[in-house]
Amino acid sequence: MDFPELLAIANQERQSQKAIRIRCCVAAGCLSSNSLVVKERLEIAVTEAGLVDCVKVSGVGCMRLCCQGPLVQVDDSTQSEGVGILYKAVTPDHAPAIVSTLQSLAAPESPYLQQADLRHPFFTQQQAIVLENSGIIDPERIESYIAAEGYHALHHVLREMSSNQVINEIMRSGLRGRGGAGYPTGLKWATVAKAMSPQGEALRTANHKFVVCNADEGDPGAFMDRSILESDPHRVLEGMAIAAYAIGASQGYIYIRAEYPLAIQRLQIAIHQAQKLGLLGSRVFDSPFDFRIDLRMGAGAYVCGEETALMASIEGKRGIPSPRPPYPAERGLWGFPTLINNVETFANVPPIIRKGADWYASIGTEKSKGTKVFALAGKIRNTGLIEVPMGTTIRQIVEEMGGGVSAGGVAKAVQTGGPSGGCIPASAFDTPVDYESLTQLGSIMGSGGMIVMDQSTRMVDVAHYFMEFCRDESCGKCIPCRVGTVQLYQLLSKIREGKATPADLDLLEELCDMVKYTSLCGLGQSAPNPVLSTLRYFRNEYEALMMNSNES
Amino acid sequence: MVTPPPIRTANSTSLQHMSNDSRLKVLDATMKRHQYQQDALIEILHKAQELFGYLGNDLLLYIAYHLKLPPSHVYGVATFYHLFSLTPKGIHRCVVCIGTACYVKGAAALLSAVEQCAQIHPGETTADDQLSFSTARCLGACGIAPAVVFDGNVCGHQTPELVCDRLQTFLAQR
Repeated sequence: MDFPELLAIANQERQSQKAIRIRCCVAAGCLSSNSLVVKERLEIAVTEAGLVDCVKVSGVGCMRLCCQGPLVQVDDSTQSEGVGILYKAVTPDHAPAIVSTLQSLAAPESPYLQQADLRHPFFTQQQAIVLENSGIIDPERIESYIAAEGYHALHHVLREMSSNQVINEIMRSGLRGRGGAGYPTGLKWATVAKAMSPQGEALRTANHKFVVCNADEGDPGAFMDRSILESDPHRVLEGMAIAAYAIGASQGYIYIRAEYPLAIQRLQIAIHQAQKLGLLGSRVFDSPFDFRIDLRMGAGAYVCGEETALMASIEGKRGIPSPRPPYPAERGLWGFPTLINNVETFANVPPIIRKGADWYASIGTEKSKGTKVFALAGKIRNTGLIEVPMGTTIRQIVEEMGGGVSAGGVAKAVQTGGPSGGCIPASAFDTPVDYESLTQLGSIMGSGGMIVMDQSTRMVDVAHYFMEFCRDESCGKCIPCRVGTVQLYQLLSKIREGKATPADLDLLEELCDMVKYTSLCGLGQSAPNPVLSTLRYFRNEYEALMMNSNES
Repeated sequence: MVTPPPIRTANSTSLQHMSNDSRLKVLDATMKRHQYQQDALIEILHKAQELFGYLGNDLLLYIAYHLKLPPSHVYGVATFYHLFSLTPKGIHRCVVCIGTACYVKGAAALLSAVEQCAQIHPGETTADDQLSFSTARCLGACGIAPAVVFDGNVCGHQTPELVCDRLQTFLAQR
């Protein structure tokens, strides 16, 4: 494979496009609402109407508005309007009606076809970088990705840039880890690039390193990584390959949850296709660079999202964290320097290389650059995926894009960061979303789950719910987490049942501090966060449940 | 040279060598494809569970023998991860998602609906082996919360009534 061949594939793919495109979402959310049958029926309807020459039906990735699935978008390049028509809640029986609107060239006025408003802030305020191809390309065809300038960045890096230049470019872009902690990506790459492999292992080459993609999206309420992998898997592979070139690795692993069978299947297809075209494997783009990617499946352990536990799991062991240092960048998989980044982080890499670090750094806030994908869910009208520039306020996301709380309720809080994060009260909704601001509020950016809660949600129940989660998911290695989460859970149960005294509340706070500062890994250190943040903003709800106030 | 331990079927107590079992051949092929690498243990356990439905002690010993791993290691890994089951499962499966989005949208009501309807708790199987009931931490289907998985099919926007109706069709097959 060389560059003219890549361009030829892209050209051929573009020329095979037809005047009218019907895109049908086949990501997991819509699939479970029967979208595959919708797609088949659309294809049949197109054939029956004799429109095969000018209409193409394709399956695409996530089109954002998951709560209204299955979604079908119709784009007609012969019409000058520009914006297509997005149908929501499509059933297989709607297929002939959708196709008949194409023939009559009239606006669809069928009473049972529902259109989503593409001019709603939910769509217009999004800025797609990571999701630029999501909902547009066919995730199961590499040609579709190549036509969208896929693998161009990898070629550019291999031909025009040294590994140091790549690292500098990522560093200048200001990209930070999207897994939650927000460590500068360029800095991490530089550390791994400098690290030396342990000497004396006769069988291994002198400088053996690994690239690992953390796709163990365990935070309940977060589904961004799943959507990226299901909608645009090649983007993640390309990002990993660029990272491997920059740090000098020749083997990569994607550690993915077994709960995401569709994402696993699409990744397997993508890896196979890329290998076949010589974009992965030996001598990528006929350069001396070799890079292979293998999939490793998780088996339902939340703690495996922690990087040292994740590595243990890749090695086929129990996913138990180990103390850091040594950091994976120095001694990771099987003792070799290992770069671990999240799915979304890798997905940001190809556009940074393609469009330049300065372009990327111009988006976002001073310390948090670029965009962030959020999974908006809970008691909100528009549930789905959004990608917004860093610095967008929570109010904008919840009230404008999300359309406010469903069923006329009033927003009470937004939970971010899953079991490691906290609840942000409605009074703080004007806070811009970036790493520092959310940390100041006692929550974290986390992987990007954003769950809206209304007045019917009791905050003590929320804290209780997350503590039950952490108690179950604690691996049991260190005592503060193993025992502390159980004790915290029992205290919260006691408060919930109205059997606690104010002294128990003090004990709760004391214990939270202990677990937070003495646990071994991120799971235990952040387990008290939901309790601490609800105590901070909704202390009255705890106090109202005290035994004394019950008697009065 | 140690001989591989005999494999017993789930329903027989007598030692019965199942080397003719086609499922074992598939498992052997999987281990071979992974070149009997010890770090592929989790992949192999996934395959074994897919083939046999659960990971019995004999199956774990068989895998340990072929990967040259101590049985304690294999048992430790199999018990650590939630998705591996060491006991047989029912014919039908019902998994209620209790991720945050589903929780906020009323997963608790679905849980108690299943408990009432089938008279079992999460993690249990009905006495007639018709139905296994479990919970999931988040299926990533938050857009269609609350979600329930019936026999591998994710169903969104569930209500206690919908869940009960579906379970009745499973339980009616007794």
